[in-house]
Amino acid sequence: MSKTLIRGAKVLGGEAQDVLIDGETIAETGTGLSAEGAEVVEADGRVLLPGLVDLHTHLREPGREDSETVLTGTRAAAAGGYTSVFAMANTFPVADTAGVVEQVWRLGKEHGYCDVQPIGAVTVGLEGRKLAELGAMHESAAQVTVFSDDGKCVHDAVIMRRALEYVKAFGGVIAQHAQEPRLTEGAQMNEGVVSAELGLGGWPAVAEESIIARDVLLADHVGSRVHICHLSTAGSVEIVRWAKSRGIDVTAEVTPHHLLLTDELVRTYNPVYKVNPPLRTERDVMALREALADGTIDIVATDHAPHPHEDKDCEWAAAAMGMVGLETALSVVQETMVDTGLLDWAGVAERMSFTPARIGRAEGHGRPVSAGEPANLTLVDTAYRGPVDPAGFASRSRNTPYEGRELPGRVTHTWLRGKATLVDGKLT
Amino acid sequence: MDKQQDPPSDAQPGDARAVLEAPDIARVLTRIAHEIVERAKGADDVVLLGIPTRGVFLAQRLAAKLEQITERKVPVGSLDITMYRDDLRMHPPRALARTDIPGDGIDGRLVVLVDDVLFSGRTIRAALDALNDIGRPRAVQLAVLVDRGHRELPIRADYVGKNLPTSLRETVKVLLAEEDGRDTVLLGAKRTGQ
Amino acid sequence: MQRHLISAADLTRDDAVLILDTAEEMARVADRPIKKLPTLRGRTVVNLFFEDSTRTRISFEAAEKRLSADVINFSAKGSSVSKGESLKDTAQTLEAMGVDAVVIRHGASGAPYRLATSGWIDAHVINAGDGTHQHPTQALLDAFTMRRRLIGPDAGIGQDLSGRRITIVGDVLHSRVARSNVDLLHTLGAEVTLVAPPTLLPVGVDTWPCEVSYDLDSTLPKSDAVMMLRVQRERMNAAFFPTEREYSRRYGLDGDRMARMPEHAVVMHPGPMVRGMEITAEVADSPRCTVTEQVTNGVSIRMAVLYLLLGGNEPAVTPARTTEEK
Repeated sequence: MSKTLIRGAKVLGGEAQDVLIDGETIAETGTGLSAEGAEVVEADGRVLLPGLVDLHTHLREPGREDSETVLTGTRAAAAGGYTSVFAMANTFPVADTAGVVEQVWRLGKEHGYCDVQPIGAVTVGLEGRKLAELGAMHESAAQVTVFSDDGKCVHDAVIMRRALEYVKAFGGVIAQHAQEPRLTEGAQMNEGVVSAELGLGGWPAVAEESIIARDVLLADHVGSRVHICHLSTAGSVEIVRWAKSRGIDVTAEVTPHHLLLTDELVRTYNPVYKVNPPLRTERDVMALREALADGTIDIVATDHAPHPHEDKDCEWAAAAMGMVGLETALSVVQETMVDTGLLDWAGVAERMSFTPARIGRAEGHGRPVSAGEPANLTLVDTAYRGPVDPAGFASRSRNTPYEGRELPGRVTHTWLRGKATLVDGKLT
Repeated sequence: MDKQQDPPSDAQPGDARAVLEAPDIARVLTRIAHEIVERAKGADDVVLLGIPTRGVFLAQRLAAKLEQITERKVPVGSLDITMYRDDLRMHPPRALARTDIPGDGIDGRLVVLVDDVLFSGRTIRAALDALNDIGRPRAVQLAVLVDRGHRELPIRADYVGKNLPTSLRETVKVLLAEEDGRDTVLLGAKRTGQ
Repeated sequence: MQRHLISAADLTRDDAVLILDTAEEMARVADRPIKKLPTLRGRTVVNLFFEDSTRTRISFEAAEKRLSADVINFSAKGSSVSKGESLKDTAQTLEAMGVDAVVIRHGASGAPYRLATSGWIDAHVINAGDGTHQHPTQALLDAFTMRRRLIGPDAGIGQDLSGRRITIVGDVLHSRVARSNVDLLHTLGAEVTLVAPPTLLPVGVDTWPCEVSYDLDSTLPKSDAVMMLRVQRERMNAAFFPTEREYSRRYGLDGDRMARMPEHAVVMHPGPMVRGMEITAEVADSPRCTVTEQVTNGVSIRMAVLYLLLGGNEPAVTPARTTEEK
């Protein structure tokens, strides 16, 4: 088996040390480790993190291979420092049966850039009416534990209650896309001062907050756990904070773009800023950062949503919602959380690897960087700063809101179970 | 077009010399008024149309003098030619000036166009086009305070206050009390390098 | 002025007054035997209408033709647009035909802005109404109508609307006319009050440069002009108000209410009117109602905008009436 010695890496941002990978596992950590028989990677003070885990990725395959495939999506994941991604269920066909989730899971295994854990749909066809075969998906080879109708809200209170109850039998979790559908009919952007001026249909914060409030109460009532996808408002933070203080088993995620961008950008009418939930206000952004720092929000998830160029090169109302995120997530988190002093790198590892792996029950991921653990690792040049160039993306799509924006941090190496998927910023 | 041949701030009064002073201007206008009466045989169907800005003031002064001579009211108005210029695409569009046609119109009348300086003739060409859209005069004549030569079109004035031979490197600037606070015609040199 | 006219908010006070003054001269052309000027000869303007709006299209077309522009009318209905061709492809196709300006009406807010700023085309873009965003020529013709009525055609030259009190009543939420008018009237120094049921006002309206009231009766005696917005009957089904009857009782303008307005005050409406809903026939047909004048003025305003954007080698510079020299 091959050996790799990572020399002089700041593990989780701490003191520089050496990490020896032997085969698929971490053999040894410490200082002055022998390089004998090992390929040496001079970390040179870069930060070594556990491989990142994304609980919210759209890989688009099957059905929209023009925007992303499992191959291109997992390559993008590796380039962004991820070793495990959870693939959302809103494909064509919808991942609402054991057959579809197994197909996605196999594709991920074959390509070998990043583990792919399929998320199953909560309801048949994401239609919100009839529970999908949650148990069958769990028992399939894909061993689905996270279920979500993401893109659509499980808005019917009874269906949501049943789903929460049902997955208790096998430790599953419902990841809710919190969006009250009636309050968001025709919604194009955050409802507020900017939408009033631009004449774009408003997506009010209360449409998210009311669903979150309902669902934490439902989770409490039935004694299940619930996960909130892409939480985006200051009000949602308050509700989750309250729920956690009551001991309700709720976890929440925030996307990188909601940590950085605001609805002021919509004034450009450039659909690259069109996303669901929409970009909110500066006040929301600050509340989300604070909540991520204090643990009210548990994790960062990308909501990586690739779209072909033509779906964004048009008028706002006609454009698709979503942004790619896998290849810029860590940089945005460094910009908004680390460089602002809100989080240290151990905190980042917690929120981008340990906790998402725990919520999604991703075996072998989100483990400490210590001897005997699977060698899922990512090495980050945190001193780097430069403009985002979508032309260099591994993703098939280029719909990033950060084009040309200067961001810190660059992932230089990623190892998936000891095998390098990214070396010196280049995919293997 | 002539109004645009020289950028406005080219000639400062300091480096220009007066070729007509206020009494000269008054005298030539009186002469032109008499010539109009004479050639128009009493001027009973004359309509004076000034071309903004200074042509309008000159037309009003001429009308007053004609009224003195003929003891009859002489219709006077203004004709803005901006929208008919042939050099519109060479400059940003300008604010329009007023076109004010006297109540009885111009059909069958003798229209005397009045302008301050006759240069290339393009302004008058535009004025003839504009007139065409307003009515059908019996005849059109042209009165100018100064004819500085350098015509680019087959146009000549019927009444000229002063023939002023100039070079293309010179500028002619008419100042009138109504607009500029004093009456004078200045001949200056174009600023070099322009 | 800028290269395009996308939003009334983009106009400075001097730009707006220049447009109104220019429109005043254009209005006089309509009194001539030949209502045509050679100004835009050889320029091609396309009226690109993705939404039905016969009145706005005809108004632009009349303005373009009076300025001797070559006019191409492109209506999205039954065209390749309904077959999935994008705004971008349509615009580029038209530009390939050598179009100097695009007058665009689109159901999506921001479509004209996208057209002007995305690098798809080089032509000038004039917004003829986009979604619930802006309709700047409507605001200009409204301001022009107010200036003529409240100050006078000649006395108004060079003037703005400082101190005039304008009340806009109705479905502000869905109205590009209201947005454009608030922006422009504020720029021109007028005091604007919006009157509507709270359901028909956008969240965030409190940041607009105007007053907001839910009570029409208390606002009318303090108004120099009252602009009634169209209220579509469909809004009732979306629970914006309970019934048509209740809406017109609280927010409709009838003869009794009109009598509470100052004597000089005018009633305006961008059209088309829903008689019996926001306005009664008595008011609509009264001499205080400027609806038909607004239509006439629309042509003059659009001529002014077209001239100032397209008449020269670049858009008009805000003028100082400089001393001309020969």
